[in-house]
Amino acid sequence: MQTSTHLEISRRDLLISSAATVAVTGVAGGAIAQSAGNDMVQTSKVSFIVNGDIHNMKLDNRTTLLDALREHLHLTGTKKGCDHGQCGACTVIVDGRRLNACLTLAIMQEGRRVTTIEGLGKPGDLHPMQAAFIKHDGFQCGYCTPGQICSSVAVLEEIGANIPSHVTADLTSPVALTAAEVRERMSGNICRCGAYSNIIDAISDVGGMKA
Amino acid sequence: MIPFSYSRATDANGAIEQVAGNHTKYLGGGTNLVDLMRENIERPTALVDVTGLSNEITETPDGGLIIGAAVRNTALASHPIVRARYPVLCRAILAGASAQIRNMATVGGNILQRTRCSYFYDAAGSNCNKRTLGEGCDAIGGFARYHAILGASPSCIATHPSDMCVALAALDAVVLVDGIHGERRLALNDLHRLPGDRPDVDTVLEPDELITAVELPQFSLASRSTYRKVRDRSSYAFALVSVAAILNVKDGLIADARIGLGGVAHKPWRARKAEAILRGGPATIAQFEAAAGAELADAQPLQDNVFKVELARRTIVAVLEDLRDTQ
Ligand SMILES: Cc1cc2nc3c(=O)[nH]c(=O)nc-3n(C[C@H](O)[C@H](O)[C@H](O)COP(=O)(O)OP(=O)(O)OC[C@H]3O[C@@H](n4cnc5c(N)ncnc54)[C@H](O)[C@@H]3O)c2cc1C
Ligand code: SF4
Ligand code: FES
Ligand code: FES
Repeated sequence: MQTSTHLEISRRDLLISSAATVAVTGVAGGAIAQSAGNDMVQTSKVSFIVNGDIHNMKLDNRTTLLDALREHLHLTGTKKGCDHGQCGACTVIVDGRRLNACLTLAIMQEGRRVTTIEGLGKPGDLHPMQAAFIKHDGFQCGYCTPGQICSSVAVLEEIGANIPSHVTADLTSPVALTAAEVRERMSGNICRCGAYSNIIDAISDVGGMKA
Repeated sequence: MIPFSYSRATDANGAIEQVAGNHTKYLGGGTNLVDLMRENIERPTALVDVTGLSNEITETPDGGLIIGAAVRNTALASHPIVRARYPVLCRAILAGASAQIRNMATVGGNILQRTRCSYFYDAAGSNCNKRTLGEGCDAIGGFARYHAILGASPSCIATHPSDMCVALAALDAVVLVDGIHGERRLALNDLHRLPGDRPDVDTVLEPDELITAVELPQFSLASRSTYRKVRDRSSYAFALVSVAAILNVKDGLIADARIGLGGVAHKPWRARKAEAILRGGPATIAQFEAAAGAELADAQPLQDNVFKVELARRTIVAVLEDLRDTQ
């Protein structure tokens, strides 16, 4: 009943792909030959704007946005924690939406506007959220902090834009800025130093929330 | 990650034309596919980026909704009609992953994220029939707290991780598919497979088939719906058990009841046995308990996840009680 050509194909495909596994492990570090299709293009030209500057790059298609920022543009403020979408250290803002730079490819960002921690503010000219993190001790080792700050800025914008969250009780009324809303929305950013309560204080301060 | 070519499609035909065979994959937000490619678990040699497909949400003349495959999860959960008429869908999406991931994830990609478990990810250290058919399943006899209690097979006990799909299952959503051999409409409930002896295949779709949209049928305003997810921490964790439910009570009797379960099976699980007991019966706790009991009578838990049977029973009853009391 559930036999389809896909099931047949993938049985054959399975053999092909296990053979490919062997071949690939044999190459170790060198250039890997393409098994199927000869004229495949594995690098692409891409241009996007980072912190106001346009960058034209030629990148291996496999380059994540995170590696493009860190390894190619040397914007090392954005951190690599898990490389699996689980920690939020790589959070940046793309076209106004925060995302995990480790889960998206650089070539997918054609024409987009990327804001990293370096673009939010600099020493002497801090973004209010950066200043509030300092004021409220919103970090200890600082590794998760660039991601936390990018997320924090986006959280206030998302609440302002009436985007609901898991803890929004009434989905049809405007979303309120509360500690519970902020906490839920920050759950994608893990802090091993446990600076969470001070981070909430910083966001509340910038958001103008009554304590 | 193995090398691959990359191209973008702006419409369905353009995407399908670029499918060069079994080694091409469509790319949505990438939150599942890019991650699995990095681990060499998915090994496409070509990607067709389909985030340029329709990202519109439109009302149908009969009061349903058509949701483009490229609509981001955040956009769907924020849509005023979804919030007002389909709270079960809104709440299910918002219970999944993190805000960052929901901003990237597309409707098509969320539906087609792999059914999986942590052993599936551990290519270097574990056997997994879903990765390599016939290799064995290390979850069986291993740490199986998160695994299936319904519809599993001796070859695989993984669960489908999507929250959104559990709501879509309860809502009788229809998935619009296009491919080399033309278009077809599939009930979401018929899209994902149970593992059987082919756990390497998650759905009935052919490799060239593209999800173009999801259609929600018109939804009675008299019905109440919600989603409850039980997990190990209160946010940013996969479901141990989740319940999507729609209930319509008239004069103390259940006029309509539809229930989807998450975290319990290889696919979003539609609780049809429970529904059959509920429909036409009194909206009482005893009836809710009888319904939950009937659905879970088929459960085949392992030592690590036997708790899920009782957890699912209680969550179903609690959600139905909530919906009844807010009618
Ligand atoms: C840390 C973490 C935690 C998570 N927690 C949760 C959770 O609690 N609940 C939950 O529900 N989910 C969770 N997820 C999963 C997340 O929801 C999915 O990764 C996401 O929905 C996938 O969508 P995408 O657009 O990024 O898909 P992609 O990764 O782009 O694609 C996934 C699959 O779908 C195929 N595809 C994409 N679009 C189409 C299309 N239009 N037609 C045909 N095929 C298509 C791709 O080829 C691929 O096989 C989590 C993910 C991570 C990384
Ligand atoms: S449960 Fe399924 S996915 Fe997990 S290890 Fe077993 S076969 Fe693989
Ligand atoms: S490095 Fe991207 S989420 Fe951890
Ligand atoms: S400040 Fe150290 S991990 Fe957050």
